[in-house]
Amino acid sequence: MPFITTHELQADYDVIVVGSGAAGGQTAYTLTMDGAKVLMLEAGRSYDPVKETPMFQTNGQAPLRGASTPDKPFGFHDATVDGGWSVPGEPYTSASSEPGRQFWWWRARMLGGRTNHWGRIALRNGPYDFKPRSRDGLGFDWPIGYDDVAPYYDKVEMLIGVYGNNDGLENTPDSPEGVLLPPPKPRAGELLAQHRGKKLGLPVIAVHRAVLSVKQDAASIPAKLHPKNPTAQRVLAQAMRERAACFWATDCGRGCAIKANYQSTTVHLPPALATGNLDLLSNAMVRAVTVDENGKATGVAFVDKATGEERVARARVVVLAASSAESVRILLNSKSPRFPSGLANSSGLVGKYIMDTVGARLGGQVPLLENLPVHNEDGAGGNHVYVPWWLYQEQHAGKLGFARGYHIEFGTGRRMPGMGVTGGIDALTAGSYGRKFKEDARRYYGSFVSFSGRGEMIPNEDSFCELDPLVRDQWGLPVLRFHWKWSEHETRQAAHMQRTFADLIAAMGGKPGEPKADGAQAIEPGGKIIHEVGGTIMGADAKTSVTNQWGQTWDVKNLFVTDGGPFVSNADKNPTLTIMALAWRTSDYLLDELRKGNL
Amino acid sequence: MNPPESPRLDRRAAIKWMLTAAAAVALLERSSPGAGATLPGDAARGYGTDPDLLKNHQPGDFWPLTFNAPQRRAASALCDAIIPADVKSPAASAVGVPAFIDEWISAPYPGHDKDRVLVLEGLAWLDAESQRRFGNDFTNLIYSQQHALCDDICHAAAAKPEFGQAARFFAKFRDLTAGGFYTTPEGMRDLGYAGNVALTAFAGPPPEVLKQLGLT
Repeated sequence: MPFITTHELQADYDVIVVGSGAAGGQTAYTLTMDGAKVLMLEAGRSYDPVKETPMFQTNGQAPLRGASTPDKPFGFHDATVDGGWSVPGEPYTSASSEPGRQFWWWRARMLGGRTNHWGRIALRNGPYDFKPRSRDGLGFDWPIGYDDVAPYYDKVEMLIGVYGNNDGLENTPDSPEGVLLPPPKPRAGELLAQHRGKKLGLPVIAVHRAVLSVKQDAASIPAKLHPKNPTAQRVLAQAMRERAACFWATDCGRGCAIKANYQSTTVHLPPALATGNLDLLSNAMVRAVTVDENGKATGVAFVDKATGEERVARARVVVLAASSAESVRILLNSKSPRFPSGLANSSGLVGKYIMDTVGARLGGQVPLLENLPVHNEDGAGGNHVYVPWWLYQEQHAGKLGFARGYHIEFGTGRRMPGMGVTGGIDALTAGSYGRKFKEDARRYYGSFVSFSGRGEMIPNEDSFCELDPLVRDQWGLPVLRFHWKWSEHETRQAAHMQRTFADLIAAMGGKPGEPKADGAQAIEPGGKIIHEVGGTIMGADAKTSVTNQWGQTWDVKNLFVTDGGPFVSNADKNPTLTIMALAWRTSDYLLDELRKGNL
Repeated sequence: MNPPESPRLDRRAAIKWMLTAAAAVALLERSSPGAGATLPGDAARGYGTDPDLLKNHQPGDFWPLTFNAPQRRAASALCDAIIPADVKSPAASAVGVPAFIDEWISAPYPGHDKDRVLVLEGLAWLDAESQRRFGNDFTNLIYSQQHALCDDICHAAAAKPEFGQAARFFAKFRDLTAGGFYTTPEGMRDLGYAGNVALTAFAGPPPEVLKQLGLT
């Protein structure tokens, strides 16, 4: 059955899942493996990474040597198609014209969504991260704690495959023995930073990334993930056998034809389709959730992009996994006499408390890394190490001037040359050209490093989205209007990042770029880091939240949200792993409630 | 529209480039009004949001190129002044870099229009300055003459004020030449990029690297 057209829609499904990325993929996987009949709707085109991923193409084979353009914001060979911070025909607006108050909304209109190109950094939230208000009085506590989510982190890590170590550091949880795959060895620049960073108290440890450093254990993992479910075990074992281990070439952002890294399209959807329980319809842009006279969800209304016509699909349960802001948009567009301000919005909080990650970066040049003997540093196509937040005690004692932490991601190495390959050497070469320039290029290649901070933003009243009263997209649907404002907790954190990175580069014997003392200048625009969460926050009280701890909306009991929308805080840990863990948890609850007849 | 047949500056551009230059007169006399840079027309399109990622694309596949014959000659000569052949790798022009620069300055994306003006005006200045000093186009100068000229404009921070704009052009052209060259197989090999091959294991840095970093 699996990939269907609108003519092949069944009359009814157990569950409709809107979206096919990390949240939709995990939700559909968990539901179909347990026998539920699921319809997945994707607003973009179908996409097959096995056939479409440019695995060994070089920048020289791309237009403009692969440089980024508005059509391909992360470069020509990036996996994302029909996506970016602007999508033709599907605008969004900003309430303010001030530069510091913009929100950049990234969308990927393709099967698998943003999972096709993401950085694969898969970090667990720690115990503090679920109870931030209890620690510092800011933002909100989650209605759940680390112990509620930990079993699902275990399951997701085993399912998707995550490399890393257990280092036992504060609020940086270990995984149970045998769950993580071995991390790759650090590269030269990473080792140098690890060695020199010690003086600064920076713990440089193996990062956790969703990449198979070795093949998964298809003989034992399926039984751990799906006890007493032989069908699911058989399907998953087969899917795991079809994934190869990383062969240490080709950037992960291109996607992976050998399925060595996690993307929904290679890890979640193949087994879900193999169960025979999933119908998957692409180019289906959901406009609204439909409801009956009792206020229960009956399905969704969507635009069939091929014809431009509106269609409906029906199910007993609807799950929104469209990305946090897109799910907000669907809820706000689901207006009816019974729900005049949009669906599941009795609290008035749909669209409120949207968050991104604080991002700032600093680069420099390190003489020790000049003229290194030729060697291959491609590795796992992303960081092998990182620095988790290390100043919990100083921060808790009020010594830092900002409330939440950040981790450090690394950019080092002898990477595949692109347009920037000799960028920055001008200042070192007195403008050389000719044979001297060629010698200089060899000397400095691989000697540049950069560090990027990824920090926690505290939700605030000034960062939210709503429907624009005037603007509609090419399908006639009202679009989102974003309001955005960083607080000083974020801008001071960004300034701290700059100082730290300058110190680290100096400790490596390098010359850092000029660190920005003003955090408001250093911080990336909201949305730029593409860690958009919030907007349908979960809570213990229907008056102050949109969903309960299960991602189930308070107002419509057979309507769930499994993307980043229910996040009530946005720890420095990249959100994707937590989205998947919570989606699995929600799906288990949903199945249980279905069986009990409660939905 | 017809591309200009010579790399000459139009009058307004020439004035901008030469306001502070003592040599303004000679060039202005040679310039022909209306023969300046042409910007991509409204019909120009990029490769779109869903291009074929597997294909080996060539300059000109997606949008029309710009260089006329004199511009191509000047660009090629300057590419090779920046990246000449040596024992490790060929010259930039031998691996298609001039065509890449043409693709770059012809692209209908934001920012490329500025590069287009800078490069076309710069190439015109280069030939005009070569004519003024040595009575020949840049491509026909001997090595020492090319270097005498390049030495004046290769280092923007140290260039004399009258060469300010020419030095900005040179810096941009060097970036484009290097980006174009070091993304070719020959260029990647020259730099010592040893990746993009499938391995059974990732070994980390070899001992001689660790030794050089003092990490053994």
